[in-house]
Amino acid sequence: MKSVIAVLTVLAAIITLWYAACVPMNIKGVLDGAERAGAEVTPATPKARRDMSEIGLVAKNTFAIGDTWVQERPRLPAPHQVAVELWKTTVEKKITSKRSLIYHAQVTLSATLLGFAIGTGLGILLAVGIVHSRVMDMSVMPWAIVSQTIPIIALAPMIIVVLYSIGVQGIIPKAVISAYLSFFPVVVGMVKGLRAPDSMQLDLLKTYSASTSQGFWKLRLPSSMPYLFASLKIGIAASLVGAIVGELPTGAVAGLGARLLAGSYYGQTVQIWSALFAAAILAAALVALLGLIEKLVLNRMGVRA
Amino acid sequence: MVMVILAILVWCLGWWLNSRLANSPAAATRGVQLLVPAIFGVTVLVVWELLVRGLEVSLVILPAPSVIAERFASSIPILWEDFAQTILKGALGGYVIGCGAAFLTAILVDRSDFLRRGLLPVGNFVAALPIVGTAPILVMWFGFDWHSKAAVVVVMVFFPMLVNTVAGLRETDQMQRDLMQTYAAGYWQSFFKLRLPAALPFVFNGLKISTTLALIGAIVAEFFGSPTVGMGFRISTSVGQLALDMVWAEIVVAALAGSAFYGLVALIEKSFTFWHPSQRG
Repeated sequence: MKSVIAVLTVLAAIITLWYAACVPMNIKGVLDGAERAGAEVTPATPKARRDMSEIGLVAKNTFAIGDTWVQERPRLPAPHQVAVELWKTTVEKKITSKRSLIYHAQVTLSATLLGFAIGTGLGILLAVGIVHSRVMDMSVMPWAIVSQTIPIIALAPMIIVVLYSIGVQGIIPKAVISAYLSFFPVVVGMVKGLRAPDSMQLDLLKTYSASTSQGFWKLRLPSSMPYLFASLKIGIAASLVGAIVGELPTGAVAGLGARLLAGSYYGQTVQIWSALFAAAILAAALVALLGLIEKLVLNRMGVRA
Repeated sequence: MVMVILAILVWCLGWWLNSRLANSPAAATRGVQLLVPAIFGVTVLVVWELLVRGLEVSLVILPAPSVIAERFASSIPILWEDFAQTILKGALGGYVIGCGAAFLTAILVDRSDFLRRGLLPVGNFVAALPIVGTAPILVMWFGFDWHSKAAVVVVMVFFPMLVNTVAGLRETDQMQRDLMQTYAAGYWQSFFKLRLPAALPFVFNGLKISTTLALIGAIVAEFFGSPTVGMGFRISTSVGQLALDMVWAEIVVAALAGSAFYGLVALIEKSFTFWHPSQRG
């Protein structure tokens, strides 16, 4: 209970700060508009205003503060503007509409999930191979670890273009990017998990004369679950980033990344912010969903998490 | 066809060599542990080269390693300029500011239990979000030059670093803190002599996670607008011109820079936390 109050206080503080930041960020645009509308503005010309600090402008034109929160194309939209835009583009628009955020989110989500499934599947397979083969462990594992330290997302634009040139387009290129971004965290986490049983437990199975596959299914796989879910959570977040970045170079037709790019081309800041929040909500929902599945699976297996 | 058969042969040879090495008694030595992945890497490169030449894959789809190496060698000045713009100015600038700010914030947060309870869940939540998405906004605010890239990096590294440092500052146990109290140590004395050293493994963990995030942020932010220099800019324009050898050269630079950056932080960690069990192994 105490934590809930603390979290709410921090959130309230962030929103207050946000509203406060809107005033100096937007004041110049508001004053330019007010001058054009014939209002009394100090100083009177845009040129004189450009030399002044934002704080100074606010102090001299206190009447304009209210307008900084309702501008059409603000530099920093106020929280309620973003919330209204989110509401309008999700609930009030039809899902099939090109302006519905749900439509765009679903485009991104399907690429994310497809890529995540491929990446996770391959990652688990490779991890099983690494744990059971010394050669694979020694040759591949160092590269998998190094790949965590390099920005492999830089490959994204090239993958899109290369796959396009051999005739593959649509959801697959984005899914490929999502897949390889989630692949390496899963490999590294899963190898750690499959190695989690200590030698006492492995020896016990040996005294039962259990075969390698029995040892895998009855000991290694169950004890790797907590590690698997930890890396799945990292993997799904990376997959989403991959799908969003994968939408940038395609010329931006549909998807949250396309909304971000289109918004930045046309200066539609409210649209950028709402796309950003939609992406954040999507990421949070995916991670929460994995957390829920983790809880169910671990409970079912009798692990206390 | 000869090349393809040769590629298969090289692959088998590399694998045979590695399995001999991995199952030999010398497998535990440091030299062999470095040699095996090196052989694997070289084998992959040779097979790649032979397959691309043997199957006559178009340069547009996959350039051969030799072509990439040639392009790398012939455009070192351009690559260096891009490196300086993206890594040295954008990523490193943002990294220092972001990690520094997060560290100081963590010290402040740590003094108040209420703040910590409130900020930690929020920080953990934000750390999982696709923050790269703020890039178009920050490019709009700070202009096309490296300042906006540094700003993206600051936002990206801030929360992982904050969460790790706050967790690290809680690492000391009651006994140790009581001991400092019996010595009549003040807040800052016990901070510098006990809690900061105890927090260092966590701080360095945050710093290491942030190195990769910094590079990702700096490169991806350039996809949203940049001056005509920078690794992200070069990648997106070279992709547009189908000059994939240049793209690969940039990726080689990114890979080298990323592992060097990470390695550097890991080295510093080693010299600071030599006492920690994970470093003594």
